[in-house]
Order: sequence, then C-alpha cells, then structure tokens
Amino acid sequence: MNNVNGSVVGSSSGSGDGSAPRRNSKRPKYSRFTQQELPACKPILTPKWVISVFTLIGVVFVPIGIASLMASNDVVEIVDRYDNVCVPPNMTNDKVAYIQNNATDKTCIRTLEVPKHMSQPIYVYYQLDNFYQNHRRYVKSRNDAQLRKRSQANETSGCDPEKRTIDGAPIVPCGLIAWSLFNDTYIFAIGNKNLTVNKKGISWKSDRDHKFGKDVFPKNFQSGPLIGGAKLNATKPLSEQEDLIVWMRTAALPTFRKLYGRIEQDLNAGDVISVTLKNNYNTYSFSGKKKLVLSTSSWLGGKNDFLGIAYLAVGGLCFFLAVAFTIVYLVKPR
Amino acid sequence: MADGERTAFGDLLRPIADPPVRPDLISLSASATAAASAAVDPPHGSRSEADRLGASLKELADADARIVFVGDPGRTDPGLALPGNAVRTAKYSFLTFIPRNLFEQFRRLAYVYFLAIAVLNQLPQLAVFGRGASVLPLAFVLLVTAVKDAYEDWRRHRSDLVENGRAAPVLDPAGSGQFRPRRWKDLRVGEVIKVLADESIPCDMVLLATSDPTGVAYVQTINLDGESNLKTRYAKQETMSRLPSITAGSVTTLIRCETPNRNIYGFHANLEVDGKRVSLGASNIILRGCELKNTAWAIGVAVYTGNETKVMLNSSGATSKRSRLETHMNRETLLLSAILITLCSAVSICNGIWLAIHRDELELSQYFRKRDYSGGDEKYYNYYGIAMQVFFIFLMAVIVFQIMIPISLYISMELVRLGQAYFMIRDKNLYDESSNSRFQCRALNINEDLGQIRYVFSDKTGTLTENKMVFQCASIRGIDYSEGKDPSPNGSDVYCVVVGDQFWRPKMLVKTDPKLVRLLRSEGETQEGKHARDFFLALAACNTIVPLIVGTPDPKQKLIDYQGESPDEQALVYAAAAYGIHSPLIVLGILGGRCCQIKIKIRRAKYTYICRITDRGDCVLCMLGCALPCQCSTSHGIGFAFKTQDFWPFLSHSYCLCYRLQLLSSTLTASGFIACCMSTLTHIYGRNIFTCTPGICRFNVLGLHEFDSDRKRMSVIIGCPDRTVRLFVKGADSSMFGVLEKSIDLDIIRATETNLHAYSSVGLRTLVVGMRELSRNDFEEWQSTYEKASTALYGRGSLLRAVASSVENNLQILGASGIEDKLQQGVPEAIESLRQAGIRVWVLTGDKQETAISIGYSCKLLTSEMTHIVINSNSEASCRKSLEDAIAISSKFVTISSRAQNTITGSGSARVPLALIIDGTSLVHILETELEEKLFKIATVCDVVLCCRVAPLQKAGIVALIKKRTEDMTLAIGDGANDVSMIQMADVGIGISGQEGRQAVMASDFAMGQFRFLVPLLLVHGHWNYQRIAYMILYNFYRNAVFVFIMFWYVLYTAYTLTTAITEWSSVLYSVLYSALPTVVVGILDKDLSRRTLLEYPKLYGNGQREESYNLKLFILTMMDAIWQSLVVFFIPYMAYRDTTVDGSSLGDLWTLAVVTLVNIHLAMDVFRWNWITHLSIWGSIAVAVMCVILIDSMWFLPGYWAIYHIMKTGLFWLCLLGIFAAGMIPRFTMKALAEYFMLNDIQISRELEKFGNFNDFTGTEISMSTFSQTHPGFIR
Repeated sequence: MNNVNGSVVGSSSGSGDGSAPRRNSKRPKYSRFTQQELPACKPILTPKWVISVFTLIGVVFVPIGIASLMASNDVVEIVDRYDNVCVPPNMTNDKVAYIQNNATDKTCIRTLEVPKHMSQPIYVYYQLDNFYQNHRRYVKSRNDAQLRKRSQANETSGCDPEKRTIDGAPIVPCGLIAWSLFNDTYIFAIGNKNLTVNKKGISWKSDRDHKFGKDVFPKNFQSGPLIGGAKLNATKPLSEQEDLIVWMRTAALPTFRKLYGRIEQDLNAGDVISVTLKNNYNTYSFSGKKKLVLSTSSWLGGKNDFLGIAYLAVGGLCFFLAVAFTIVYLVKPR
Repeated sequence: MADGERTAFGDLLRPIADPPVRPDLISLSASATAAASAAVDPPHGSRSEADRLGASLKELADADARIVFVGDPGRTDPGLALPGNAVRTAKYSFLTFIPRNLFEQFRRLAYVYFLAIAVLNQLPQLAVFGRGASVLPLAFVLLVTAVKDAYEDWRRHRSDLVENGRAAPVLDPAGSGQFRPRRWKDLRVGEVIKVLADESIPCDMVLLATSDPTGVAYVQTINLDGESNLKTRYAKQETMSRLPSITAGSVTTLIRCETPNRNIYGFHANLEVDGKRVSLGASNIILRGCELKNTAWAIGVAVYTGNETKVMLNSSGATSKRSRLETHMNRETLLLSAILITLCSAVSICNGIWLAIHRDELELSQYFRKRDYSGGDEKYYNYYGIAMQVFFIFLMAVIVFQIMIPISLYISMELVRLGQAYFMIRDKNLYDESSNSRFQCRALNINEDLGQIRYVFSDKTGTLTENKMVFQCASIRGIDYSEGKDPSPNGSDVYCVVVGDQFWRPKMLVKTDPKLVRLLRSEGETQEGKHARDFFLALAACNTIVPLIVGTPDPKQKLIDYQGESPDEQALVYAAAAYGIHSPLIVLGILGGRCCQIKIKIRRAKYTYICRITDRGDCVLCMLGCALPCQCSTSHGIGFAFKTQDFWPFLSHSYCLCYRLQLLSSTLTASGFIACCMSTLTHIYGRNIFTCTPGICRFNVLGLHEFDSDRKRMSVIIGCPDRTVRLFVKGADSSMFGVLEKSIDLDIIRATETNLHAYSSVGLRTLVVGMRELSRNDFEEWQSTYEKASTALYGRGSLLRAVASSVENNLQILGASGIEDKLQQGVPEAIESLRQAGIRVWVLTGDKQETAISIGYSCKLLTSEMTHIVINSNSEASCRKSLEDAIAISSKFVTISSRAQNTITGSGSARVPLALIIDGTSLVHILETELEEKLFKIATVCDVVLCCRVAPLQKAGIVALIKKRTEDMTLAIGDGANDVSMIQMADVGIGISGQEGRQAVMASDFAMGQFRFLVPLLLVHGHWNYQRIAYMILYNFYRNAVFVFIMFWYVLYTAYTLTTAITEWSSVLYSVLYSALPTVVVGILDKDLSRRTLLEYPKLYGNGQREESYNLKLFILTMMDAIWQSLVVFFIPYMAYRDTTVDGSSLGDLWTLAVVTLVNIHLAMDVFRWNWITHLSIWGSIAVAVMCVILIDSMWFLPGYWAIYHIMKTGLFWLCLLGIFAAGMIPRFTMKALAEYFMLNDIQISRELEKFGNFNDFTGTEISMSTFSQTHPGFIR
C-alpha cells in the first residue's frame, strides 16, 4: 500500500514542468549572410547585352587581326631544307651510313637569296622536323641539379640511359637531351664577305645565371659507344655553352626551331648568301628534316598568319552574330 | 476488449485459497486473450482469426519456441547463446574503426579507382607523377571523411553507453528474494526485473505481478507506436498470487514464447506454473521503450533482450542514404570512365602503331635511343617490346588522364553540402519558436534530394496536427453557440475545484461562449438551461476518460489532466469542465485534519472503475478491497458512504460529479459477478443514500455501452439525483440521426443539421448527443438484458451490442459538438503550396478512418468536390474486389476528364480529383502480395491518399510501394517512434522535433519543429540545393574534362608518349586549388531565384522534379562544350607557336593559364547572383593560379625555370589568351543567349520578373505575373 501512495506523489510531481525557466533561445541571429540575402547583382542576358557583347568583341578583334596580319606580313623569312641535298648523290640510298661515317667530309654549301630587305637583327635558326624533343623518355632524361652545381656531378638520377660511362663515372651533363646536342654548323657569306653570326646571348639569361653552373665543366661527355651529337669543350663551363643551354630547353612540339645566332646587319633584297654548313647531325635514322631559317622578327614574333586570321574570323563571327541577334530580336520579339 | 477485461477479473477473482481450476474458466481466459490480442493487434501478417485463436490455444512447438525459466537465466540460456540486453547503435569500435571505416569509404567506387591509380603510379615503369603528388589528394579526402565519421560514431557510443548503463532492480538469482540494481546491459533472458513508476522498461518482459492487486499495469507506448495514451497490461493472477514462491525460486515457472519478431502488437506464449498452463497474449507483455505509468511497480521476467526486443527489431538500423543526384552522377561517372578508357586506348594503340612503324629507327633516333650502354652489356632502356609498351602506355594514360573522374568533386560536394546545411540551420524561417528548435541536418549527403521530392508521406498526429483537440462550439437544441472567447490567461474565470486550500483546475483551458455560460449559471430552471446542463452532462459522462492530478510549481494549484484513448473525448471533457461540469470524480478530502488523497482509478478497460480511497495514516478507506479483497462487499461500501460525507462539504463550488462506479465483489464467481455489482450499486448508491447538497449533484452510472465501429456511438445510463434514469448517447451524426425520435423536435433536428454542416465545412469534427429518459419498465427491462448479456460466456460482445442497439433509440436530440483537431499553424497553406509544387501528399496515420478523414478536410487535403474511394476489407478476396472496383472508377473518371480535356481547351483543371482512403486491415492483405501492383495503380491515379489504422511497418511498406515502382523521390515526415520505419524507408526522412519523444528525430535525415517548414525547406532550400549541386557536378565534370582533353591533344604531338607540357604540380593543383573554391562558393551561395519568388510560385519546384538541372542531355552538351573549349585552348597556341623556338614549359604555362582562366570565366558566366564573395573567389582563383604558375616557374630545379616570365613578355602570349577566351566562350554564350530568349522556362521567366518586375511595382507584380503565365504556356506545366 505504501507503494501506491508513493507512486501517486511521484507521478503528480513528475510532470508539471509547464513553466520551467525558459532556456536560452536558439533563434538564429539575423544577418544578411546567414539568411543568404547579401546584396548581389543579377546579370541577365538581355538582347541589349548580347548584342553589345558581340559587337564589342568584333570591334576589338578585327583591328587586332588586321594588325597581326600586317606584322606577320612584314616578317621576311628564308627557309632552306638541306638534309636531303647535302647528302652526296652516291650515298642517298644509305644516308644513315653516310652520316655515321666519321671519315666522310660533311661540308655542304647552300646559297640563299634574300627576297626582301631584311633589317637587323636577323635570327638564324635551325629547324628540326619530326624530332620528338617532347618524347617522354627524352624529356625526362636530364638532371638539373647536376647542371647547376659542380658538387652534384654524381647526381645522375633520371638520366637513363646516358647516366654513366661503362666504367661507372658520371657523365656531365648527363641524359639523352645533352647527349643528343645538335651539331651542324653554319658559316654565312655574301660574296666573299663573311657575315658574322653572333652566338652570344642566344640562350635565356635566367638559364645561364641560375640553371647552368659557372663552375660545372663537361666530363666524360660523348664517351660512350654511341655518339648522339655535338661534343662539348671541356674547358668551358656549362653556363657558357649556349648551344647546349638552348638545346636543353626542350621544344614543345615535334617541329621546332632553335636559335643558332644573330646576324647583326641588314640584308638587302637580292643579296645572295652562301652558307657553308657541316651536315653532322643524324636525322636520317628517323626520317627527320633539317632546315636552316633566316628570319626577321616583328612585335608578334615570326612569320605566322594564323593569329591574324583567327582574330579576323572571331571578330567577323561576332559581328555576324550581333547582326543576327539584332534581326532576331527585331523580327521575332518576345 | 470487454472479454479481455473479464479475463482479468477472472484472475482477480480467483480465491486465494487456490481452488481447483475450473475448465470453463480456463477456456474463457484463453479465448479472451486471443480476442484481446486480436483487438489490439492491427494485423501485420495475414493470419485469420481462427488461426490466431488456434495458435494461442495450441502449444507452441518446442522447436520454434523460446523457453524461459522464470528467475533462472542460467537454465534459460545455458550457453549464453541469447544476446544480452546491451544495445549497440554505434558502427565502429576502437579497434575496428580504421579497417571498417576504410572499407565503408572504399565502397565508393571512385575511391577504389583513385587508390588503384595511386598504386599504379608507384610502379617505377609507370611513375608519371611524383609519389606524393599522386597519393596526397586521396589521402586528404579519406582523412577528412574518417574524422567526420569518427566524431559521429563517438556520439553514438556515448548515447549507447548512457542507455546501457542505466540500472534496473533485478531479482537476486541467489534466491534471497531481494532486488538489486543491475545495469541494463547485463540483464539476461529469464531474469526477474522490477520496474518502478515512470521508469522505462529495459527489455521485453512478461508481467508477473504489479502493485495493483488486480494485476494491472499502465504503460505509455509513445516511443513505440507514438500513441500518447495509457495502455493497460495485465499480470496473470496465477503469477501474482504466487509471486513470493516464484521469486524465492521454489516454484518452477516457465514461459514458452515465440521467437523474437518485430510485431509489437502480437505475442504468443504460454506460461506454466506448478504444472498449470495459462496462455499469454499481447496484453501480458510490456515492451522495451515503454514507460510504466500510474503503477507503483511492476515485476516481470525478461523474455527478449537487447537487439531482440521488439523496439530494436522495429528500428531497422539506419541505412546510409545516397542522394538521387549522386546516383545519377555515378552513371555519368561511368560514362566518363568510358571516355577515359577510350582516350587511353586511343593513345596506347596509336603508340603501338607508331612504335611499329618506327621500329627500325628507335635504335638510333636521338630522342628514343632504345639501348643503355652504360651497364657494359647492351640492354634495353625502359623498353619491353611493343606489346608491353602499349600496355604500359595504357596504364600511364590512365594515370595522366585520371582527373577525368574528378576526385575533388567528392570533397567539393561534402563542403558544399556542409555549407548548405549551415544555411538551412541558420535560416530563421526554419526556427520554431514554440519548441525553441532550429532546423537540424542529420544526414549530410542528401541535401539536394530536397529539391526533387514528388511524394510526401506524412504522419497525422503531431505532424499535421498539434495533437490537441479543442472544443470549439456547440449546438444545443438547435441553437448555435460558437462565439467562444479565450479564457483569461490567469484563469480567473475558470471553474476550479476547491479542495481545502487547493485549487484544482483543468489542465487545458477551453474557449467558452459567454451566452452559454450565462445560461448555465442562471439559477432559474429555464428549459434552455436544463438542456445545456444535460448536454454537458452527457459530454462529461459519456466517455472513458482517466483523470490524473498533476502538480504545478504553485503548491496551491493542481491541474486536472484528463487522459484517455480518444483525444476527442478529452476535448469534450475539458469543455464540460470549462462550463462547470467536472468529470469524472476526483476528490481530495481532509479527514481528521489531515490530507487524505483519494484516488479514483478508472480502469480504461471500459466500464469498470475501481475506486480506491487511501490514507497515508491510520485511516484506510477501502472502497474495494485492496488488501483483503474478499472482505469488502457492502461494509466497505458503507464506509465509503460514511466517509465521503465527511469531506463532501469541502467541495464547495458549483459543479457536478459524475460517478461511474461499479463495484467488485470478490466473493462472487465470474458468472454472478455483474448481477452482484448491480445490486450492490443500487444498494449503496441507490437513490436512498445520497442526497443532493446544493450545487453538487451526484449521478450514478448504471451502465455503459462502449463505442464500436458498427454503431458508431456510445451510450451511458445514469441514475440522476431527481431519481430519473437517463440514457445519454453520443455518436457520429450519420449513426445518430437514425436513432433520433423524428416525430418531435423536427425543427430542432433540422437546425442541428444545419449547424453540423457549418461545423464540418470549417473542418471541425462533429458529434451528436442525444438523450432519452428511461421509464421504470424500460430500465428494468434493460437491466435484466444487460446483466444477462454481460455475464454471458460466449458471444458477449454481440449480445452487448444488441442490448445497446435495443435501448439506443427514440432519442431526443440534445445537440452537437464541434471539435477542432488543432492543426499546426500553416498546415493547410503548406499542403496547398506543396500540391501546387506538384508534390503529392499522402497521410498515413494510426488513427481511425473518421478522424483521418476529418483531418483531411481541415487541412484542405480533401475537398468536398473530391470523389472518395474507400477500401475497408477484411480478406484478400474482398481487397481484390474493392481494388478492381476502384480501378474501374478511377479509369472512368480519368477518361471522363480526358474527354473533358479534349473538348475544353485542355487546361487540366477539368479532372475530377480522386481521393483514396484505405485502412490498415486492407493493407495487410495488399502489401507484399500481388495486389500491391493494383494498389499502386490506383494510388498513383488518386490525388490524395489517406491510410488509416496503419502499423509502423505498414507505413514503411507504403513508402516502399512507391519507391520500388517509380523513380520519384519520396519524403516521409513524422514525429513519433511509429514513424521511424517510414522515415528510414523514404528517400528523405524528416523528423518533427517536439512533442513525442526523440525517436523520429534520431532516425531522420533532417529534423525541424513544424510541418509548415516543409514548404521553405523544399521549395526554397531544396530548390537551391538541387540547382546548386546539379550545376556544380556538371561544372566539375566539364572542368576536368577540358583539362584532360587538352592533355590528350598534346599527347597526339608527343609520339603518344604522355608527356605533359603542363607541369605535374599544376595538374594536381588544377582541380584542388586553381578552380575548386569558386565551385564551392557558387555551390553554397548562388541562387537562381530569390526566396520570395520561390515561395510565391511553387510551380518552380518542378525544375527539380523534372530533373532539369542535371540530366544526360545537359551532361552531353556540357561535354561537347568541354571538347570545343579544349580544342580552342590547345590549338590556338599550337597554331600560333608552330615552327617557333617555343619550349614545352612556356607553352605549358600558356595552356595552364588559359584553361584556368577559361573555366573560371565559364563559371562566372553561369553565376546568377554576384556578391562580393563570388567576385572574390572567382577572380581570386585566377590570381592564385597565376601566382602558382609563377611560383612553380621560379623553382630552378624544375625544367620550366623562368619560362613564364619569358613568355609573358611577348605579345603573342596575350593575344593567344584573349583569342582563347573569346573563341572558347562564343558557342556557350550564343547558346545561352538563344536559350534564354527562345527556350523559355519557368526559372528564366521568374528571374526576369525578379529583375525587371520591380520597375512596375506600382502596377503590381501580381497582375503582370498572371498575365505573363497565361501568355506563356511554358510557365504553367
């Protein structure tokens, strides 16, 4: 019985909490941020907007296109492919044997005619076609630490397969890229007068200063059974081997040009340049092409009509769209 | 139920002397239990009545039964094979966390993919990226997710710990007979456990004894099935009487029960005590999760523990949900994988061909050089023959192009959802003042599903309604009293019961009509006053309410809490109390200067009420023998009479007391019981003893005919102070008008009918009250038949029904009541909004059909022009038939409406709306059978579906019905534990936090305070979330595809050897740093439309339902755009830099900057709303990308040293960039302009309206909008 009473008291006191003190309110604090009511602009593509955007693009692009085309037009460029013609006729069937034979004389003379006045500086490039400087195994095959510091000459990781000599000595500079350094040379002359080709400063200053060490000298270079390309002067530090520096900046595309030097004098229209070149570099084994290029430059670089045409096309298209939209909006208004 | 009641009495009446068991009693109790279980068991599983009866009578086969030795867990479960009572909801333990969590995470296929790639990249032949660069992103993602999971699981651990650590008194198995506290988790099957009042029940137990001599225990099952009223459970008298010997272990008691199952309404077992066998039913078991109420203690034996308890079996563990968008995203991811494999195959095959063509040249070409001479012997360097080379290239290609499948997308999505959740939680429109609860995001991975819901399954009680019935108005004798005014808050004008120095007042205050109050107070016996009093007397008397006294902080004030099964009755009783007629008896008297509490316990088991008057001190007033049941009879009755007179004057206010007492006499056998009761009653309470003191009238309840669904009414026979005997009947109008005496008061009946129509049209639940004065002959005739019927052994229910029907006729109409099931604020509007948004709202409720329908009306779910299809069937055959009929009806309506649509202009409004109303009994025969298909067919045609009397698992079954058959998204919303299974089954589960427990909230994905928040949640946040995430996924696919394609084009120019011009660091950072932040910011903050617009035009929600922001078409268009843009990005520089001295790094930098800027511009073009954060993130990202590129190119050890500085000095670089932006964006911009102009959709129109509609604010946006939507059919679909 006592239990019964107990329960009655218990139950009647248990559930009467109707006016318990109010807890802290959890009401979210108002702010424009939490209520997602930040001031905002709501752009809507109204006809006015659409037409003005197209017109604006047209207005900007067409002049740029014209300017680009004109710049490209002003550039004078002489391109001469010589890899085929510089092979003696008796060797055309086996070009690889020709190029691999160290005994044969690789000298070859080409004459180029200047079509238009070329004002200095005239850039001399060699152009390789079908040479995959961006081939994965090629691109990776270098070691930047070794190039920069003399103390890290042993650092040849990643340089396969041109890491060390057969006796295990590290190759400096190691790797396929350095090993395959381009080694054709050109001597230019107009009549009897030699044209001086300035080969200083053809590489990036940043590379010379920071990437290729001033106290790093070539070691064990091109000493393997297979010679890939040029040999380096072991007495000159890498930072002065500008051909190497240029070559080591691997090209983006399989057809590329590399700066060989600059001719720092104007050439007149009709001038005939004779080029004495040493056709050393083996592109025959993989049917690559070699070209010699002389070119002036404009504010836009070399001779290339693409950008001008592209700009004109885009600008024209925009004008067309602007007109089309205007007509649509006028003919079929909502 | 009546039969069940009798059983209890049979038990109670069993003499202590333990006479030989009479066979008739045994069979009675057995069949009664069966009937009782049938009554409470809304049938899950389709066994027939006979089956069930048979099952309870026949022995449970030992093979599939669990044998529990009471008080002997060791013998019950010798091998400890049964689970302990520990409950475990946590997923991981300390040791298993890392492996299990990793396993869980790697169930995301994408992660496996990234892992595989990272592993591949570790192979020296395939090492494309540095080791760190390839593993880092994946490790980061895994770590973040693991930390999140660990935190969540830690919280679950803590709650498990609390739950398992609770203590319960357990009988000492040593045989001392003492109860010792033990932790819940250590409880075992077979142990005897004591539960005290207001405590939770630790496991499923068979009751052995309770503090009540009759063996009654009251439990609240709110956590189990969501019903808040008290339920009665009984201990068998066999065990009650032998409790001491059972606890002492001297009697072997064993229980054979069925194996654990999830049916919370059924239980089959038998009890063997002393060789006697008694059958047990659902009314003998108390389940875990319930609370013991109004019972000092209960002792039971554990039969199911821990995860085998019915509540745990019913809460099928939280399944991890995955959003629809993510499922689609996986489809697109597969497509992307296909593209990826194609790209990789193309590269590797091309590489193979290239190698084959150049086979002879490889040896000598400087850039390849097959051999490595340095080792002395000539070996191949990194060359394994063409076949292997092709294979390796393929794998390398996979590594290089891996970001085609965007790993950052997974992180971004998590972040975006986190941000969206933040804004949902912080939204002040989702804050509920009354419960002080914010919106809760419990699941973080289905935010966007909120924008695609097509079906809403809603619980009724507590979800749509506040679960508070409120008496609104009355029509008494045809006069309408509906001018109710709110009671003053201090309760000064409330009728209180003054008991000593205490005031008792009703817990709930009801609006009162001043006119009616005046009428009742008027001293003069006007006819109207008398009718009004009769009316409220009927309301106060004609019910099955249990009153409880509840304390308040003010010791002088107590609250009377009327509890009952039916909230309508509660409302009526409260109303009667508000008008001064308190019901039923609650008395506190002062005896001998000391407070004595008299508690009238009224057994809800219908018409039997036990009064027990107890005193804490010396004076014990026993109305009914508690201690000595056999000695009570008349002498105690007299005692009561005598004592009550003592304290009677303390009750001074003008109020009436309705007694509904029936005495028990233990000296009688079951058959003679009622007769004796009646005579005792007459003897004690008969009109001789009690006289009427001023202001207090006493009425004796002489008989009660309970409610049943055939008659749809209940009645009570009352002996009144003026010596008349009256019958009061209340019931549904449909049943009442048939039994009214039509010859008189015809105009009053008419007037009442008018009032009723008015009430129901405003959504009130109506009841009609009638009265008849019984003549002496009538009364005696009734009394004899009633006695006979109620003492009959067989078919008592139908006999009683017949008695009721015979007496309930020729009634005089008293009036009608209008009760408001108080809807939550804004529910009708919310449902209307949802419906306009194209969301179908289904209501699934445990309530009875009438209630469900009236709620349907009041929340505007049902309208009067709807055609109702009602399915109430008891068998499979009749279900089939009614379903087929329903299909026929619906197809007729559909054809009619389609014809109407053809003839009329086809606006769609000509369709006759259909409503399907189906009850749980029918669903038993339909769900999980082949009839499901038919139900689905009919249900999807109907505009509204109402399911009543459904069990929790049936709710889930209905959700599954839709989920299995359609692609449409389902949402379930509920507040009680009975909604848990539904919430877990639906794609999105929402718990209403507040009134009923926490179970629903714990199981839900989102929780909030009010139903109406569903509208801003779905229409605003859901729309935004969907649109944002959809865009973000598409954008991420696009962004990574552009990048991959650019790399792919480049690979075509590197002899297919997977060189990347773009540095590996830029590759890794691209999707993580260069372009990730804007997508996240846009995914969190961008809004296509303002909140106001979305709420104003719910149709806009269709965007998500129709999957307009993310679908295969959009994906393909986006991919085509990606290819175009990648072509532009790659080939403009390629063409411009052809035959120049440009090096790979410089061109790579150009490509990097071009693509980063382009994708950010692309995003910028799609941003709807620019605020400062958007600006900052987009332009900031571009700036960061530029700075990173510069930084990377400042590293001397990288090949690209200084390249960016060189290339930035040239005009060509800038012209290329400019050209790329223009050319890349033109197609998209043009398409966008065209689409916005020609392919109008709702969103676009609303956006323009939002922006430009403001100009004509003066003319009213409303008008312009409506004309707009008419002229553009696209707007209204």
